[in-house]
Amino acid sequence: MNGGRGLLDVRGLTVRFPTPDGVVQAVSDVTFTLARGETLGVVGESGSGKSVSNLAIMGLLNRARTVISGEVLFEGRDLLTLPPDELRKIRGKDIAMVFQDPFACLHPMYRVGAQISEAVLAHEHVSKDRAWARAVELLDRVGIPNAKSRARDYPHQFSGGMRQRAMIAMALVHNPAILICDEPTTALDVTVQAQILELIEDVKREFDIGVILVTHDLGVVAETANSVMVMYAGRIMEYGPSAQIFTQPQHPYAWGLLDSMPSVEERLETLVPIEGSPPSLLAPPSGCPFHPRCPYRFEPCPTERPPLVAPAPEAHLDACHLPWDKKVELGSQRGSKQAAA
Amino acid sequence: MTLYIARRLLWTIVVVLCVIAITFAVFYLLPAGDPALRFAGKNPTTAELTLIRHRLGLDQPWWKQFLRFAYHFFRGDKYGWPGLGYTYASGTSVKSLVFARAPRTLFLIAGAATIWLFSGVAIGILSAVKRRTLIDRLAMGFALFGISTPVFWLGLIALYLVWAKLGLTGGTGYVSPVDSISGFFSHMILPWIVLAMLYAAFYARMTRNNLLETLGEDYIRTARAKGLTERRVIFKHGLRASLTPIVTMFGMDVALLVGGAVITESVFNLQGLGYLAINEALQQDLPVVLGVVLIASVAVAIANLIVDILYAFIDPRVRYA
Repeated sequence: MNGGRGLLDVRGLTVRFPTPDGVVQAVSDVTFTLARGETLGVVGESGSGKSVSNLAIMGLLNRARTVISGEVLFEGRDLLTLPPDELRKIRGKDIAMVFQDPFACLHPMYRVGAQISEAVLAHEHVSKDRAWARAVELLDRVGIPNAKSRARDYPHQFSGGMRQRAMIAMALVHNPAILICDEPTTALDVTVQAQILELIEDVKREFDIGVILVTHDLGVVAETANSVMVMYAGRIMEYGPSAQIFTQPQHPYAWGLLDSMPSVEERLETLVPIEGSPPSLLAPPSGCPFHPRCPYRFEPCPTERPPLVAPAPEAHLDACHLPWDKKVELGSQRGSKQAAA
Repeated sequence: MTLYIARRLLWTIVVVLCVIAITFAVFYLLPAGDPALRFAGKNPTTAELTLIRHRLGLDQPWWKQFLRFAYHFFRGDKYGWPGLGYTYASGTSVKSLVFARAPRTLFLIAGAATIWLFSGVAIGILSAVKRRTLIDRLAMGFALFGISTPVFWLGLIALYLVWAKLGLTGGTGYVSPVDSISGFFSHMILPWIVLAMLYAAFYARMTRNNLLETLGEDYIRTARAKGLTERRVIFKHGLRASLTPIVTMFGMDVALLVGGAVITESVFNLQGLGYLAINEALQQDLPVVLGVVLIASVAVAIANLIVDILYAFIDPRVRYA
C-alpha cells in the first residue's frame, strides 16, 4: 500500500490469451502489494480478471497459451520469469492456494489424508507415516472432528464445508507466507461460509501470513479484508484500505457494487443493479472500461483511460476522471439517498 | 460384496440361458436346410430320415428341444459336464471339440490384448502429454491407420512380407505351446500384432481424449498448486481418473473376441472358436454353434462382472450392496 516492499509485489501484471477470435485481455496492468498479516480483498463481477491474476501469480496458467507480462516479486525473485521447476518449489510451499469449488478440487479417487500428505511430500523428504501424521494434525487444526479416522475418508464422504477445510489444511502444510483464496466460500452454504472465513482469519493470525481473498461477495470482504481492490474488465478500478472503500468509495463502479449489495436492514426494493453487463474482454471499451455503464460519464471517459492515482491527499487510489470535489459530492448524495431509503 | 457377486453370478446364468434360447429360436425360425440330411450320409431313405429326426429331437418343437438341451447341460451327458451333446456332422462330442478350439482363441486374445492395452495406453498418454506436437500427430496418424486398416488386408500383407518374403516368423496355422514353445510364439506373433493393431488404435485415441479431459479438471489444478512435479500430476492424478472407461472397454473387447476373432482366425488359419462357429452355422450344426455361443456369452457375462468388481477398487465412490 505505502509503496514500500511488501511480502508480495505485483507490478503491471498483464495477462493475454490469444484465441482464434482475437486476444482476450484478461488482466491489464494490475499493481498491488501484500504484507504479512494483511488480508487483501479482491472484488469484482465474474470475468473481471480476479481469478486469472491469481492463477498467473501461482504460475498455474498454461505458459504456452498465455502471454504474461509485468512482475510478480516474491522474496526478491520475479515469479513470472522463474523456470517452471523453480516455481514448482515455491508453489504449495511458500504460496498456497484454496480454490472455489471444493467439490471439484479434491481428487475423487484418493483419500483426503493421502492428498494432504502428498502435499507434505512434495516439498519435504520425510517418511510416509510422518507425512500422514502431519495431515491428521492439520485436519484436526482446521476443525475436522475425528481427524485421525476422517483422514482415511474419500472426498465424497466429506461435506462441502469439510472439503474446504481439507483444502485449507492442504494449503497450510508448509506454513506458507501467502495464502490465495479464490472465492473460498462461493460454493458453500451460508452457515458454513462464516466458519470458513473465520478459519482463514484464524490461520492468518496464527501463521502470520498474507492472504489474498478473491470474492464477488462484498460482505465477505467487509468482514475480513484490511485492504480492498475493486476490479473491472481486468483492471483495478479502486484500491485502498477496507474501511475507506466501504465508507467513502470513490469510483462509480464501486458505488454500483455497494448499492447492488443486499443488506439485512434494507428492503429489497432499494437494491440498485448496475445497468448493462460486463464488457467482452476480446474488445474492451476504449478509455475507461466502465464508461458504457457509468451514469456519470463525461467527455474524456470514452477516449482517455484514467490512471490509477489518488485524486486527493486524503483519498485512496482510483481510476476515474471525475474531479475529486465531484466524487465527494456524489458520494455524499449517495450516502444520504441510502439513509433516506 | 460377496452377496453382490453371488447375485451377479446367478444373473449370469439367466443371461446365458436367454442367449441360448434366442440362438435356438433364430435357428428354427430361419428357413434353412435340414440337419438330418447332413447326419444321414448319402441317399438316405425317408424312413431313415424320420428316425434320425426323432433321435436328434428335430421332430420336437424348438422350445422342447431347448428344455432338453438345458436339462442335459445342467445334468451333464455321456461326455461329462456341462452336457453339450454331439455334433450332427460327425456325432462326436461338442464339448471336446469346443474345448480343443478354445485355447487357440484364448491365447490369441491374451497376447493381442496385452499388446494393445500397453501400446495403446502408452501411445495415448504420449500423445496427450505432447499435445499438438509432431509426436501427437504421428501417434494419431498411427491411430487413424490402425482404425481404417481391415484386419484381413493387414494380416495378408504381414504374412506376405514377414513370413513369405523375409521368413522371420512361422506361417499360418496353430502350434500348441505344449509341442513347441518357440513354434507357438513364431506362429502367434503376427496374429497378435495384427489383431492388436486395430484395438491399440482405439485405445490410443480413447486414452488421449480421456487424459486431456481429466487434465482440465479442477483437482489437477489442485495437484499442480501443491507443487507436485508434472510427471506426478499426469501419471498419478491424471491417469488414475482417466482409466475407468478404458477398463470398461477392455473387458468388453476381450469378451467379445471369444467368439468374434473370426477374421484373424481365418487369415492365420488358427481354427479358433469364432472360425468354428461360423463354419458350423453354415453347416446347420446346431449343437456346435450352441457350444460356442455358450462359451462366448459366459465370457461376456463374466468379463462384465469382473469389470464391475474392478470399478469398486478403481473408484472409491462405487460401492455395491
